Amino acid sequence: MATQNRRDFFKTAALIGASAATLPAASTKAKEKFKLSEDRMGALVDTTVCIGCRNCEWACKVAHNLATEPLDTYNDRSVFVRKRRPDESALTVVNEYDNLKNPMLPTDVKVQCMHCDDPACVSACIVGAFKKHDNGTVTWDNSKCIGCRYCMVACPFQIPAFEYSKAIEPKIMKCDFCFDRTKEGKLPACVEICPVEAITYGKRKDLIEIACDRIKRHPDKYINHILGEFEVGGTSWLYLAGQDFTRLDFPVLGKVPAPGVTESIQHGIFAYFIPPIALYALLGGVMWLNKDRGKKREEH
Amino acid sequence: MEFLMRPTPINKKFITPGVIILIILAVNALVFLAIRFIFGLGAMTNLNDQHPWGIWIAIDVASGVALAAGGFTSAAIGHIMFKERYNVILRPALLTAMLGYTFVAIGVFIDLGRYYYIWHPLFMWNGTSPLFEVGLCVMIYATVLYIEFIPIIAERFIGRIKLKGILLKPIDSFLRMLNRGVGKTMFIFIIAGVVLSTLHQSSLGTLMVIAGPKMHPLWQTPILPLLFLISAIAVGFPMIIFESLIASRSLGLNSEMSVLSRLGKMVAPLLGIYLSVKLVDMVIRGTYMYLSEINTQSVMFVIEIVLGIIIPLRMLFSEKVLNSKLWLFVAASLVVAGVLINRINCFLIAYSAPYALDTYFPSIGEISVTIGFIAILVLLYRAFVMFFPIISLPDKKLLPRTKYSIMGGEK
Repeated sequence: MATQNRRDFFKTAALIGASAATLPAASTKAKEKFKLSEDRMGALVDTTVCIGCRNCEWACKVAHNLATEPLDTYNDRSVFVRKRRPDESALTVVNEYDNLKNPMLPTDVKVQCMHCDDPACVSACIVGAFKKHDNGTVTWDNSKCIGCRYCMVACPFQIPAFEYSKAIEPKIMKCDFCFDRTKEGKLPACVEICPVEAITYGKRKDLIEIACDRIKRHPDKYINHILGEFEVGGTSWLYLAGQDFTRLDFPVLGKVPAPGVTESIQHGIFAYFIPPIALYALLGGVMWLNKDRGKKREEH
Repeated sequence: MEFLMRPTPINKKFITPGVIILIILAVNALVFLAIRFIFGLGAMTNLNDQHPWGIWIAIDVASGVALAAGGFTSAAIGHIMFKERYNVILRPALLTAMLGYTFVAIGVFIDLGRYYYIWHPLFMWNGTSPLFEVGLCVMIYATVLYIEFIPIIAERFIGRIKLKGILLKPIDSFLRMLNRGVGKTMFIFIIAGVVLSTLHQSSLGTLMVIAGPKMHPLWQTPILPLLFLISAIAVGFPMIIFESLIASRSLGLNSEMSVLSRLGKMVAPLLGIYLSVKLVDMVIRGTYMYLSEINTQSVMFVIEIVLGIIIPLRMLFSEKVLNSKLWLFVAASLVVAGVLINRINCFLIAYSAPYALDTYFPSIGEISVTIGFIAILVLLYRAFVMFFPIISLPDKKLLPRTKYSIMGGEK
């Protein structure tokens, strides 16, 4: 570096500045926020209607080619002894909770991916393997995923599961809202099989109207809260319940979308690449000044 | 009068009893790694759906990046601010950073479920993901570090290649050409290295912000990236002091106490800034109330603050500590341990999944791999300083005029 003269320094520095200046143009396009479709679909789960037959668990496994016992084994209610979570072998599970209002009628809660409107997994994924589709579905792309499991760290509902037992091609497993079925105009498998119509499939805005209506007509039956209407910026799956959602093991979440803070930090640091380039220029300037001083000191 | 210093390969026996222990630890890690690659992550780690990240991310990657910060802080002070008295620490710090980042990359590689797709982020971009930014920055910075190392390799080999025949000339002239090219453009890489470091050191803090309420309020704050950056800058010099004192003892050399005390002097203000930002943030968010309950989180938080920041901060204000080899080593070790604990706290202790059935504790396999990697790192460091001119020794032949120029200068 000692032989480096000042003109060289300028030339190269200018070249870098010029090439860096072309970057922002490319990056602004990527930053355009995904616009949610007004007509996006959703599902409304009425936990006061669900009878805990677990047929949805069976239908889900069949629809996703997962190993499953025959349907009649799902009558076994002893699984409710412990609380279960969706995992790599089951994308949805039903848990049962005591009902304080009516001990004879326990509350059954189906759990699966909530398909957030502003999903943490989509924001977090290092390779953009998650996608929020027009119809509200959040899908995971097998061909992109590198298995870093950051989606699992990010998800506020602790939904994505990972196939830890696989050495090659382990997958992230989560409900895909039967994306392949709904594309063909079919209902999601769990909605279709439900014998008591505890799950309503439809446009999210309509579902919210239906839910509000039910609460209005039966204020004694429901608590005045549609879970998923505002939680983490809204979710495609919505829940009605007769008792407080925290008693049904739902996490307490604010209205701010999960990726909100992170994305503002990220965009703050990388606002059109100005901060990094400014820092580069500043350090370059400091270096150049000091080099000059160093030389003078040597000459004297 | 002091002699001028010149980087020289250290002429010592490589194998010692300590080295043999390190080799055993390294082999042990490789055995467990074989299990991981044949039977999958679940076979040898305690990771599960509740705890997706373990010590490989918290220690090997997050702490690894922070503790390799000596590379960019020393480059900033030595190359950008041109303080020549620090020249003696530049190459050791560069070597640590280079080896450190290499092992960060390996740490990520073994932790990835689909390690063979590690190149995906190069082509599949997601601008909203802090992990993407960290990944890309680390990849570029590692490359920059390798480039910064070229002059050292050139210095070692130019005119000294013992090959005979037609191969000798082309290799020699290629090295000279490479060295000249890198020497002329080195300032680009040095500045880029500092910029890249500030970016990914801070983004590493952004990583856990998205975990939201899953992260304990004592650590969950939107200024986490700032805290990560300040702590990385603060731990840079203590890490250099720590390893310089260990290396000089292990290799039987005189330690560079005059330079190390000067470095140590700069640490206290940095730690002070770190502590005050952390405390002010705590007061603003009112999280001190979580300290009234005694649990793993609050105890670990207090250990991190008292042992890792307050005690070394007080120590480094004392001239006695700064001028004593032992006490300086203790203070530097505390700062290093403090940042290590902070990263473990942020990534593991603070993280609790809403439906966690158990708490995470690393498996024997995970611990073995982490320890084994540290052992390999130390072995490589030893091998490098014995083979390449990295550590500066007094050179009686050097005339005062011919100042040793850094980074492949041709003087």
